[in-house]
Amino acid sequence: MEVLRRAFQEGMRPDPQALVDSIPYCQFLGIKIDRKGTEITTILPYAEHLIGNPILPALHGGVIGAFMEVTAIVQIAFETSGPSLAKPVDITIDYLRSGRPVDTYGRAHITKQGKRVINVHVEAWQEEHTKPIAALRGHFLVAGED
Amino acid sequence: MTEQRSKPTGYVVAGVPHAAAIKLAVIDIKPGEVVCTVPFDPRFVGNPETGVVHGGIVTALLDNACGIAVSSRTRQFGQIATLDLRIDYMKPANAGADIYAFAECYKVTRNIAFVRGIAYHDDRSDPIATCAAAFMLGTKSDKGVNLPPKEGG
Repeated sequence: MEVLRRAFQEGMRPDPQALVDSIPYCQFLGIKIDRKGTEITTILPYAEHLIGNPILPALHGGVIGAFMEVTAIVQIAFETSGPSLAKPVDITIDYLRSGRPVDTYGRAHITKQGKRVINVHVEAWQEEHTKPIAALRGHFLVAGED
Repeated sequence: MTEQRSKPTGYVVAGVPHAAAIKLAVIDIKPGEVVCTVPFDPRFVGNPETGVVHGGIVTALLDNACGIAVSSRTRQFGQIATLDLRIDYMKPANAGADIYAFAECYKVTRNIAFVRGIAYHDDRSDPIATCAAAFMLGTKSDKGVNLPPKEGG
């Protein structure tokens, strides 16, 4: 990834918005970044194609999971400034509330950073940060092959 | 194990906007078991340098497949909610290749259904990812919309 490599060579933190803009799947979901200093909030603006249950209506569980996975990967790229994207090893998603058809926000916290594996915790919420709609805990590989 | 590659049934997923957006199709279904597929699409790429599809597509495919497996067994269509979903990623998806998912609802209790699933290209014994999920049954949502047409009439 050019964005990551350039930041790595220059010893800078990569621009998270440029990173998600360079990933087709993030564009497909419509993910945006709100960066305030070193604090990153990912934003999933509501769109009709993200709905999984049209009767409620509610966001698709896979979309919420994918959004939190992107949140984790962006946070790892930002904090570790590595030359390539982190790869998921395993993730566990807890669905806490149904995702209503409004914008969703995400924030990731690196729990433990090892040489090869990083443990991350992500929360996704809508209107109220204190009422998360889902949480993700996962391990991501940051160096070496597979 | 080679997959039967029958024509997509189009059942259930037609009414789900995100499933339609990723062109998710059911290709085989029986009570408690389902095979679904998502065709390769350049919009789903997670790493433009390798062309590999983003893990999020695998997540969405497995989540949906697990939900269909539960519904096909309990016939509570649209009235289930995912409690949790754990995914283990074994290997990246091949660039340009369609992804399949097999999901099996192996236990149903009064309130909860337990499901496991496998995402793969051609061979279930060479998985891209595996998952385990638990679903809450009988959530108040709709009144059985999405019920499939009765088989054989």
